[in-house]
Amino acid sequence: MSLVLEDVKRVANLARIELSDEEARTTLDQLTGIFCLIEQMQAVNTSTIVPMSHAQDVVQRLRTDVVTEVDQHELFQSLAPQVEAGLYLVPKVIE
Amino acid sequence: MLNSSLKQLSALLAAKKVSSVELTREFLRRVKVLNQEYNAFITINEEMSLDQARTADTMIASGVACPLTGIPIAHKDIFCTKGWLTTCGSKMLSSFISPYDAHVIERFNLTGTVNIGKTNMDEFAMGSSNETSFYGPVKNPWDITTVPGGSSGGSACAVAARMVPAATGTDTGGSIRQPAALCGVSGIKPTYGLVSRYGMIAFASSLDQGGPIAKSAADLALMLNVMVGFDARDSTSLLRDQEDYARDLEKPLEGLRIGLPKEYFAEGISEDVSRVVDAAIVEYNKLGAKIVEVSLPNTKLSIPVYYVLAPAEASSNLSRFDGVRYGHRALEYADLNDMYQKSRTQGFGAEVKRRILIGTYVLSHGYYDAYYIKAQKLRRLIAQDFAEVFKQCEIIMGPTSPTVAFALGEKSSDPLQMYLSDTYTAAASLAGLPGMSIPAGFGNGNRPVGLHIIGNYFSEAQMLNVAHQYQQVMDWHTQMPDITKA
Repeated sequence: MSLVLEDVKRVANLARIELSDEEARTTLDQLTGIFCLIEQMQAVNTSTIVPMSHAQDVVQRLRTDVVTEVDQHELFQSLAPQVEAGLYLVPKVIE
Repeated sequence: MLNSSLKQLSALLAAKKVSSVELTREFLRRVKVLNQEYNAFITINEEMSLDQARTADTMIASGVACPLTGIPIAHKDIFCTKGWLTTCGSKMLSSFISPYDAHVIERFNLTGTVNIGKTNMDEFAMGSSNETSFYGPVKNPWDITTVPGGSSGGSACAVAARMVPAATGTDTGGSIRQPAALCGVSGIKPTYGLVSRYGMIAFASSLDQGGPIAKSAADLALMLNVMVGFDARDSTSLLRDQEDYARDLEKPLEGLRIGLPKEYFAEGISEDVSRVVDAAIVEYNKLGAKIVEVSLPNTKLSIPVYYVLAPAEASSNLSRFDGVRYGHRALEYADLNDMYQKSRTQGFGAEVKRRILIGTYVLSHGYYDAYYIKAQKLRRLIAQDFAEVFKQCEIIMGPTSPTVAFALGEKSSDPLQMYLSDTYTAAASLAGLPGMSIPAGFGNGNRPVGLHIIGNYFSEAQMLNVAHQYQQVMDWHTQMPDITKA
């Protein structure tokens, strides 16, 4: 699987990361190398193998549906770049 | 005092030969002098440390001390510590003063240890040399022209240079074990699920595990006794009976079967590392262990599999950094999308961006099956390889790192070269198995070599016993670099 510049730019957009043309070209070279390494995976037949996402055979724990957290929004929002009236301020989206 | 074990320091405190405040002042003094050279610490807060020391002294005086009460511990800057700057080695969090404590930190606070400072690390735990930190590289105290390893380079350096008796680290693909090896100290990554990840800034959620770095296996056991425990706030935290990880340290090794995977001693390992590890195996033979040749046929696939799964999970975990609720927000932007882009582009370093891009790619439409699902299938094969081998032996050994510490800058421009440093450590992480590194000697340039010890799930007490018995007959772990400054 060989990557092209368009792949890098598409992926950068998905990841919300800006890359200049020059950065995109350097990234392309580095990613091409890394993907060559990753291609080694295709040499092994895994048609009968079940994917493993977790080392332990566990299930999601359930708990009683009661409120356990306390309201700490003032503390947490003290770290925010811009807040007002308990809301996080961001650029307008809807015209 | 610099070479005192945690047990010895605890005894000194109990006998009132020294107070926690005095101990803290002494280590802080050392940190302040040595950090100028080694850059192992990002944040020191003398007043907060001394406050904790005073609390510890009260605990000791009241007779409610625990084994580690009053002892200064350094914490990798990946653990959220309430009221302290918690940067994760990144510009993205360079102003983030954590509003809460990680579960691991809560456990240390309850036990009464003293937070001596937050240690430097590769940015967002992505790296094997501590060169990607926004706060500059950490130097290896054995040879300051070389790297300490990563991503827990600051913690490993701090323990090696005796700036602190013990430290916490995290390990995703080798980030406790590899820096421990390169710095000549001991470190353990426990079985996945034993140490809570709540408040431990996430890199790759199915791989990340917190663990201790210290001067000996005996010290690691005492640290694990504090760190391990169920936490309902971490959905992957395992509910198990409490263990004393020091309980089996003195057991003789007669009859122990040690597996040496032939793939670990083939190409890629440098001659000096090979020589040291071979000599360590000879010692284990003398201690009564039986050596068995085994095979982990999918060893070579650990790196490609790791470098698909870890970046994929990282790209998801790091999507929370968008400049909205916390972390870096760009000063100027045209619209919301631009705000996200500029904040992330400015906040993340090159390696982090690279891994986010790899992760985004392998998870994207059209590539998900070929890369991500494929890697998860290979992950199962890798875990199965270990399960097969653990029918033939109790412990697996090999080199932790293919080489000794390399020069600063040597691999930083070739990410692929850097990734290959994780060759031996990544497999255990993928399988969720516990892994440890202990000092086994010195290679070229008098740089430390680590012996990698992998055990079966939940066999930490046995692994620590295996390491401790070696540390009773060999003294590599007592050696410290020649530091005349402090």
